[in-house]
Amino acid sequence: MSIVAQLIDVGKAFTGRWVLKGLNLSFPAGLTTAVVGGSGSGKTTLLQLINGVLRADRGEVRVFGEPIPQNRPEPFRRRIGYAVQGAGLFPHLTSRRNVVLVAELEGWSKDVINARYAELIEEMGLPAEIAERYPQQLSGGQQQRLGLCRALMLRPGLLLLDEPFSAVDPITRVGIYERFEHVQRHEGVSALLVTHDMREAVRLGDRLIILKEGRVVRSGPTEEVVRAPNDPYAEQLVNQHL
Amino acid sequence: MSRKSIDGRRPWRIWCLAALLAGSAAADPIHIGSKNSNESYLLSEMAAQLLESEGFVVERRFGLGGTLIAFDALAAGEIDLYMEYTGTLSQAILKLGRDAERPEINRLLAPRQLRLLRPLGFNNTYAIAVRRRQAQALGLRSIGDLADHPALRVAFSHEFLERRDGWPGLAQAYGLHLSATGIEHALAYQAIAEGAIDVTDAYSTDGELLRYDLAQLRDDRRFFPQYLAAPLVRSDIGDKVVKLLNGLGGSLTDGRIQALNAAVVVDGRSFADVAAGFLSERGIGAGAKPDDLWPSLAANTVQHLKLTFSALGAAVAVGLTLSLLIFRHAILARCVIYACGLLQTVPSIALLALLIPLFGIGAAPAVLALFLYSLLPILRNTVMALCAIDPTLLRVAAALGLSRREQIRHVYLPLSMPSVLAGIRTAAVITIGTATLAAFIGAGGLGDPIVTGLALNDVSLILQGAIPAAILAIVTELAFEAVERTLVPGHLRVVQ
Repeated sequence: MSIVAQLIDVGKAFTGRWVLKGLNLSFPAGLTTAVVGGSGSGKTTLLQLINGVLRADRGEVRVFGEPIPQNRPEPFRRRIGYAVQGAGLFPHLTSRRNVVLVAELEGWSKDVINARYAELIEEMGLPAEIAERYPQQLSGGQQQRLGLCRALMLRPGLLLLDEPFSAVDPITRVGIYERFEHVQRHEGVSALLVTHDMREAVRLGDRLIILKEGRVVRSGPTEEVVRAPNDPYAEQLVNQHL
Repeated sequence: MSRKSIDGRRPWRIWCLAALLAGSAAADPIHIGSKNSNESYLLSEMAAQLLESEGFVVERRFGLGGTLIAFDALAAGEIDLYMEYTGTLSQAILKLGRDAERPEINRLLAPRQLRLLRPLGFNNTYAIAVRRRQAQALGLRSIGDLADHPALRVAFSHEFLERRDGWPGLAQAYGLHLSATGIEHALAYQAIAEGAIDVTDAYSTDGELLRYDLAQLRDDRRFFPQYLAAPLVRSDIGDKVVKLLNGLGGSLTDGRIQALNAAVVVDGRSFADVAAGFLSERGIGAGAKPDDLWPSLAANTVQHLKLTFSALGAAVAVGLTLSLLIFRHAILARCVIYACGLLQTVPSIALLALLIPLFGIGAAPAVLALFLYSLLPILRNTVMALCAIDPTLLRVAAALGLSRREQIRHVYLPLSMPSVLAGIRTAAVITIGTATLAAFIGAGGLGDPIVTGLALNDVSLILQGAIPAAILAIVTELAFEAVERTLVPGHLRVVQ
């Protein structure tokens, strides 16, 4: 199984306090890895180390088999999709422009952009008429799905998902899960999902990583972790939420 | 005529000329300035009409805000002549500390290519004024007589009270031991006429002396310097002009100019009218030439817009760039905004005056001052808008792989646009208003009729500047609303 991203003895500190300590993690290609942890567990920091928005203070982060480029990180970041809680859509751009902006900057041709946009919108089950609407005219669920379309636009090799489903109501959420699973399988993209919701992690993750106060307390294939948590915190999460 | 050479020192003038392609481009006009006092306006208007009657094209740049502004304008060639006083030249400009005669003054002015022509005849010096009836009752004739009446209430303008060549020197020269208080010069005439005070300082040719029936005490000991009014011209103004202006020499006595001044300040006649009356008595038939309203209004408006939008354009460019550079550094941003705020507290007329030693008079210092005033609203609104952008959006923009430049172009600027536009709009309206003050330093624009109107106490002239300025401000507001409608989607607009 090939590895899309790897952390080797990685540590990250903010104002002298270590939020991530000695992480050794591998993310297999083509699968969804779910990172579960409470607030302050360092899971968002983990994502930002992988796309190079933050730099590790210790150890090495390797993505696509290479260290993260020090200068001009833009081409590198464009190979990584990114979706956040609340979608983070640009309020001054129409729905369509939000999705295609980076492809335009990449210099894709109009036809290719149009085809890719139409494909994603359909896959995510969004109506065609939202194209010229602004984000605030969309429902929460539509915004979230549009955020995923934007993350997938450039056919990234890796998708980073920072609790992208948590701001939507539970019924809508299930619909988005199905869409996401469908697209992820169809596109064969590796995904790294960060969430505080154990049920979501189990539902979407092929593999689980349980993070507590900046350390990994349990990791492995989802079924295995659920069957044998092997750690008091992991066991608590499994028992309380499943 | 004067040096109208394309010398790069006045790119504005050249630009205006080129832009307007005036029909009179061939005729080189004579630029006549005046200080912003009644008498200066009147004398300059006389000179202007005299030259016009001989076929010269004259451009009036009246109402320059003070001696130094007028003198600098002349020295820099912005104007070709204005009326100056011998005392002012020897004391304030040449700083001789004593009275100098015209030949000596001209010797000192020659290296600066300036020349004082024949004095007009009268002496507008300081005067000590008392009510005529009281003077007769007490037998006051000369300044020295005041010593016998210590009970008189004496109030002088603040400047006169402090200056060495004012009250302190005068009291010493005449051995006077009266106690004097300070009073605003503008209020002094009213106060003495109503009997609130008994003695004050005045200018010996003020029309108000007639209006309020005041007597001047004789300066037996010749304490006050001589202030003989005369045309001060650039040496290259041309023999014909010199001859014409010298023809006015000795034509005005103290009493005559006092009466002419009174015709303006007391009877409310226009400078042009009074000047024409005086000239026609001397057989010069220019007649009062009423200014054509529409062409001068159009020219003033065009000049006003040039001043405003040059300043505004520069402020937008500098304000946006600076904002983008500093907004991430909270302390630096605060310092810059405070510094701009501090600039805003400098009264506009003071700021204009401060810029004169550095940039002379005319459009350049005016545009610079307006630029400085426009900077604060633009800078503050932009920095605040940039700081208020949702950090999630910035994180997303970076994570999506937008470069710094792309982030500014596609995220920072559009998101702060409503607030930035509001700032530019505020700056534009402030600038249109403040630009009226630029007339004080000879930059023209809609302030020209306002400044002249103020000196003349002519409301209709003031309105010729004030109403178009107000209309411009409103039109600008509406234009910015339209710009906002096209640039900013409805849900992001700032509610005004």
